[in-house]
Order: sequence, then structure tokens, then C-alpha cells
Amino acid sequence: MSTHALRDTGVLTGRSLRHILRSPDTIITTAVTPVAMMLLFVYVFGGAIITGSGGSYVNYLLPGILLITVASGVAYTAYRLFLDVKGGIVERLGSMPIARPSILWAHVLTSLAANLAAIAIVIGVAALMGFRSGASLAAWLAVAGILVLFTLALTWLAVVAGLTAKTVDGASGMSYPLIFLPFISSAFVPTATMPGPVAWFAENQPVTPIVDTLRALLAQEPVGTGIWTALAWLAGILAVAYAAAAAIYRRKVG
Amino acid sequence: MTTDQALHPAIRVQGIEKSFKDLHVLRGVDFDVMPGSIFALLGSNGAGKTTLVKILSTLLKPDAGTATVNGHDTGTEPARVRESISLTGQFTAVDDVLTGRENLVLVARLRHLPRPDAVAGALLERFDLAEAAHRRAGTYSGGMRRRLDIAMSLIGNPRVLFLDEPTTGLDPQARNEVWRTIRQLAGQGTTVLLTTQYLDEAEQLADRIAILHQGIIIQNGTLAELKQLLPAATVEYVEKQPSLEDVFLALVGSGPDDRPSGAPAPGKDHR
Repeated sequence: MSTHALRDTGVLTGRSLRHILRSPDTIITTAVTPVAMMLLFVYVFGGAIITGSGGSYVNYLLPGILLITVASGVAYTAYRLFLDVKGGIVERLGSMPIARPSILWAHVLTSLAANLAAIAIVIGVAALMGFRSGASLAAWLAVAGILVLFTLALTWLAVVAGLTAKTVDGASGMSYPLIFLPFISSAFVPTATMPGPVAWFAENQPVTPIVDTLRALLAQEPVGTGIWTALAWLAGILAVAYAAAAAIYRRKVG
Repeated sequence: MTTDQALHPAIRVQGIEKSFKDLHVLRGVDFDVMPGSIFALLGSNGAGKTTLVKILSTLLKPDAGTATVNGHDTGTEPARVRESISLTGQFTAVDDVLTGRENLVLVARLRHLPRPDAVAGALLERFDLAEAAHRRAGTYSGGMRRRLDIAMSLIGNPRVLFLDEPTTGLDPQARNEVWRTIRQLAGQGTTVLLTTQYLDEAEQLADRIAILHQGIIIQNGTLAELKQLLPAATVEYVEKQPSLEDVFLALVGSGPDDRPSGAPAPGKDHR
């Protein structure tokens, strides 16, 4: 049974990866918006922003930009899954003797591959803009691990959106609030400069501990307890989104 | 196995009920479909045909009643049911980004067949899609998409085929093409349950016709039996005029039109 599940997931992942290879523009557009934001913030606003961290602003900014990259990238997963639901592909697969979760996992694994590719592009552009890190291999692996967890968590939210959306716009519109969230966090400016209630929200929403942890890892600084808050948020969002997606899927295709 | 099949209905539906919130879509549906026959479920839009097909293909659970397909209960043994059925839904479920061949190979792989490429090649030939095999399905005409859709459903030789409104939205040539395919399948022993809102489709294809109206089967029989429900025929003399369909088919030819440019297919007459 589980070998079937792996094989079916592999076949279906091959299918959706082929979709991406036939429209590579989706990876480029995923990377373009965060890159434009990075250019804007570093070369237009950056001079006036005092982070108090000592390093260059692009170093300060990059973790938040990477989260925005993923937040906009998962919209394509919602979009593609919506088309599969709408076009009857999900029903066709649901009436075939294949492992039940493989349909959703194929979309999730494809999202992971596409978003990691977009992240690589954004990090490449950041390097051209002066981003430097002396982080050890272990620290880079930790950064990669957190980004993978973040992508999985947001992708399962996108699966919920793709399964429940009534229109294409509804499916891909799910990423707007996710893209907006880093703006009210420590991603662009330190939270200490914000007025009371805004600062409180910024400090207690998931993006801030994740950004702070990534920043500390890349700057070779101690991550403190923030990493546990970050991981708790990620695990929590992932568990809730996964459970919701699985329940909705079961209700939809038996 | 063969005697078993001959004795038991391929599909048995007993007292199926299904509601969506306040809407009582199916209110106790019963019928049997014998192996190797074509059974048409006739009903107007919203009669509950699609809901019933979804229940039979394990996509929906009924509120009450049981349905068995090839002796397996759709509720308690959905995995066994899925192994012996194929569903061609109301909307052609082909992957537009993949080519015709890739669509077929995908399904063959998911059905764990040993030689997916050979299976795909044979079906492309059989459904007149060999020339278009390497084009994306998104570029196909409506008739070609439906043929690919049905070809995908035949992979793995399912013993029962569900076709939900297989010819809705097709032009007359493509519709005749699909009818021919369905007759062939039944001739080879596949049990076909199709839903339709077209009376002539049921009349042309089906061994038995059931009329689903307001959630129940109000009549179920052969065409001859259904005709006997009305008073005996009286003889009248009527001038035989060609129907518009006869004229249209005579003008454009009734063969499959694979060319999106609309070029005629000379010398192809399947009737």
C-alpha cells in the first residue's frame, strides 16, 4: 500500500512538475515581485531606515523577502489545484484505484520544488546587491529547513484555498494577506519603532520570530529562544492546514 | 467467473437516497444493470443523474441505500469498486498542458500497467488520435478531447464504464463518433451506464432506459416496453422530409473532423 502511495505520488508529481517546466514563467513571476521589492527597499527606502543591526540593509531585509517569495509562490499551487478540481481531474483520479493522499501530495511537492527554485533566484539577486553571509553549512541547512517548513505550511494553506475556491481569482487571491503579513513584522524595520498596538501585533505574529531566526542564522548570531517560537508557529500552521485540507478533500471526493 | 457475471447484475442500486442540505436530490432509487449491456439514465437537468454517478463511482456517499458494482459495495469496499470501474465525467477531464500521449501514459502508470507506452500507442490508433499524439490536449477540438477522455477511461479494461452526459456540447459528427465507440465497448462485454438528457441518445444506444424524475426512477424498461406505455400506434401518412441533421451531415460528412481548421475528411463515412 505505501509503496503504491509513493509510486502514485511520484507519477503525479512528475505530471505537475511538467506543468511548471512548460510554463517556467510562473517561477520567474514568483521571483520578480520580491526582487522588485528588494530593489525598492534597498535602493529607495533603505538609506533612511535605521535597523541598528550594524550590517548592510540587504542582509537585514533578505529573510523577509524570502518569506514574501514563498507567500506569492504558493498562489500557483492554489491556482493549479483549483483548475484540477474545476476540470474534473480530481474526480477522475478520485474514481481510480490510486492512493488517496497522492493527488494532494503531488501538488505540495511540486510547490516545494518551484518555491525553492524561486528562492534560489532571489538569493542570487541579493548576492549581486551585496548580500553576504559567513554562515556555516549547519546554519545554512537550518535556514533551508525553516524555509522548507514555511513553504510546506503555506502550501497546505494554498491547498485549502484551491479545494474550496469558487473562482480562479479566489484561489490565487489567497496569497495577498500572506504577502502583506511580513510588512507588519520585523522583516523591514525593527518593531521597536512601531506604535504600541502595532508593535504588539508585529511581535506576536508568526513572521517576526521566523524572520529573526533566519536573520540570526545568516549573521552567525545566537538564535536564542526565538527559534522555538518560530518552529512552534510553523508546526502549528502546518498541522492545522494539513488537517483542514485532508478533511475538505475527503468530503469532496469520498 | 463468467457464470458469476452472467448471473449477477454488474450494477445493483437499492434504495439510494441523497440530500444536499434541504435539497432532496435522490429519494429512493432502485435498478439493476446486467453485465455487457448499455443502460441509459434519462433525465432533465437537475434530476440527480450526476449525483447518482458520483455515488456509483465512490466519489459521494449516499445518505441511505446501497449500491454494488461488480459485487462490491461502494460504501464499504470503495477500493475494490475503483479497481473495476472507470468514470468519464460531465466535463472532459484531460490535462490540457500534457500531450494526448502523455495523458494516456499518465493514466496507464497510475493503473500500474506494465507497458504504459504500448497501451497509449494502441489507444491513440484506436481513437484516431495518432497524428495529434504529440500535440497538447489543450489544442484539440471538442470531439478529439472527448475521444481522448474516453480513451483514458478505457485504460486497464474496466468492466464497468460510467459516462456522464458523454455527448453534451459535441457537434453531430463527434457525437456519432462517441456513439460508435460506446456500441463497440458494449459489444466487447463492457457494461456501460450512461446518463443523458437527449432522448434520441437513449433511443439509439441503450438496451434499457430508466427515467429519473424528481429523485426516483419513474420508468425502467427496454425501448419497446417504454413505447407500449402509450396507446397503440395509428397509421398516418406523413411526407418524409429530411431532418436538418440529415442535411447537415450530408453536406459536411459524418466522419471525425480532427482538423481544427475545419477541413473536411474526405472519403470517411462511418455510418
